[in-house]
Amino acid sequence: MRDVAIVSFAQSNRAKETERNEVEILMPVVAEAVKASGLPRSEIEFTCSGSSDFLQGQPFAFVMALDAVGAWPPIKESHVEQDGAWALYEAWVKIQTGEVESALVYSFGKSASGDLAEVLALQLDPYCVAPLWPDADSIAALQARAYLEKTKKTERDLAEIAVRSRRDAKSNPHAVLKGDFTVDDLLASPYVASPLRAHDCPVNTDGATAMVIVAGERAKRLVERPVWIRGIDHRVDPPALGVRDLTRSKSTAIAAEKAGVGRDKVDFAEIYAPYTHQELILKEALGVDGGVTVNPSGGALVTHTLMSCGLNRIGDAAARIMAGKGDRAVAHATQGPALQQNLVCVLEGE
Amino acid sequence: MAERCGVVGIGQTKYAAKRIDVSMPGLLREAALRALEDAELSWTDVDALVIGKAPDTFEGCMLPELYLADALGGTGKPVLRVHTAGSVGGSTAIVAASLIEAGVHDRVLTVAYEKQSESNAMWGLTISPPFGVAVVAGAGGFFAPLVRGYMRRSGAPEDTGILTALKDRKNAHKNPYAHLQIDDVSYDMIKDSPMLWDPIRYLETCPSSDGACALVLARSELAKKAPRKPAWVRSTAMRSEPTMFAGRDAINPQAGQRAAKDLYDKAGVKNPRKEIDCAEIYVPFSWFEAMWMENLGFAPEGEGWKMVQEGATALDGDMPVNMSGGVLSSNPIGASGMIRFAEAAMQVRGQAGAHQVEGARMALGHAYGGGSQYFSMWIVSSEIA
Repeated sequence: MRDVAIVSFAQSNRAKETERNEVEILMPVVAEAVKASGLPRSEIEFTCSGSSDFLQGQPFAFVMALDAVGAWPPIKESHVEQDGAWALYEAWVKIQTGEVESALVYSFGKSASGDLAEVLALQLDPYCVAPLWPDADSIAALQARAYLEKTKKTERDLAEIAVRSRRDAKSNPHAVLKGDFTVDDLLASPYVASPLRAHDCPVNTDGATAMVIVAGERAKRLVERPVWIRGIDHRVDPPALGVRDLTRSKSTAIAAEKAGVGRDKVDFAEIYAPYTHQELILKEALGVDGGVTVNPSGGALVTHTLMSCGLNRIGDAAARIMAGKGDRAVAHATQGPALQQNLVCVLEGE
Repeated sequence: MAERCGVVGIGQTKYAAKRIDVSMPGLLREAALRALEDAELSWTDVDALVIGKAPDTFEGCMLPELYLADALGGTGKPVLRVHTAGSVGGSTAIVAASLIEAGVHDRVLTVAYEKQSESNAMWGLTISPPFGVAVVAGAGGFFAPLVRGYMRRSGAPEDTGILTALKDRKNAHKNPYAHLQIDDVSYDMIKDSPMLWDPIRYLETCPSSDGACALVLARSELAKKAPRKPAWVRSTAMRSEPTMFAGRDAINPQAGQRAAKDLYDKAGVKNPRKEIDCAEIYVPFSWFEAMWMENLGFAPEGEGWKMVQEGATALDGDMPVNMSGGVLSSNPIGASGMIRFAEAAMQVRGQAGAHQVEGARMALGHAYGGGSQYFSMWIVSSEIA
């Protein structure tokens, strides 16, 4: 496989974008990532994006986004109806074919236009389950209940994850919910869907992410510290909740093994866990033990821009390595009900 | 390129207005199983899945690849979901081929589909969007002015579209999978059919179909051992251009021209009309055959209609186009591009039956989408080099 590095990353996440549409959110983010890459836009050979029509509530939502990225003269471009992390995967594959050396990857999501937990019910079996409209929080709660009963962990353990995430978010200018909270304060709030309270559920936000990836020697010439993609793999579990052991994430474990997480020491991990208990399930599947710093950015719990949050995890991890705060990281993305599909990416600094 | 990619299995469903005999997984499995049978492989021989379809709003199912994953043998495997507007069926095949060409996987199953009867595509295309204006005209309303513009520019005879429709509707009778097989179809029947979006008549328009198409792709060493002759992927190309740009020519788009040039350069094709034996291209409204002949470089600008008028694009012409009956005869939107790519592969494998072009060795598959702004195409050949 060819060496491919992340050379730049940019993001925008806000509690609610009421004034800007997707193209307007995206334009400055793409411009920032392109500028930081040191490559002129015209020399970036491939473009790949990730988004979902269902957030905008209209077909071909990604088509207008092309106006934001600069597609004239016409560009080599593709789009996945998946989180941007999978767009990164497609771009990485494209570079592996040898056809291109560089790619712009971006994703965006603006869920403020609807009720996200309800919209996500439409990901479920459309004949038997979706018509019952089980919302995303309730499905996560089924998983959390199964997990707590099996492991003897407690709601207090989950609240501690929320406290840590909100505290770590204080040093992240892009995080939306941040501050100092106590476990007792959080546990005093009512259930959203037992055993999950508001702090166990994601803060849904609107935003966009963009990064530029470049192959081999060229990446070294462009930036001081390119962040190499040492392994990237993704896997899926069956959709039906009843056929899966919800307390484990098999697909994450396979992806982690294929991506080579265990080949060396991990300094920190950026894990896309929109619900507190999912961080614990994912840590186990990734083989990330207690000594590893998890989600120094604050993670998905405090800033959850659907379709973009996975690419954001990879970008946050890359930015941290670029800043010299670690040499080897594992970044993870998920989508689908109760962690159905998972992507794992191993990053290393130059 | 780390590896060469061969098409070793092709499967299609029967296309129809309403496939209420199957669910979505049932529809996709029908195509996928036929492709696996063609390749004499089973689900476990496949390393990864690439699923393609047009907007999720067409079925009202968000990220349906999640729901479909295990029905297609995807458990524990990588699943990608491509969506590039109407060109998606083609782009999906190209992304799947790139997984082989990159050396990432040995065998990939790719499936594209649409089950339009689950919802209403006309509604799906024209809902009132936030921050936008609803066109309420469907795709035909969008493309009719482009056809009118082409007629004015080229001076093409008014019945050019009728001739393409007649040819494609006759070809559809030779294709057992085609949705529309109109008895006794004639020039006058098409001419007298209702005008939907002037100058596009009812019988010059594609239907709404349910259907799926699947391909099994393999790296060269495995493809050479396949039970049936593979179709070799000689070159692929994709290009996109923006919607809101005054400088674009939507009638003869730059993105299509550049994709075609890139495609031919990579395949070593100097004179496409001479060297390519047949082409299966995305013609949802009859006039687009003449328009794409120019865009693809088979005819000089302004002269694509001559190929139609002279019968060059007929099954027995010198440049057969849409041998299967084309999008005019079957249009499960998300699959339509892949069906074009599959037909090209069937031709060079010699398995196109009654719509086979004798001795076809090199064929082009083409798809487009959005407002004529997304293009994907490939050239496949019977020989690897």
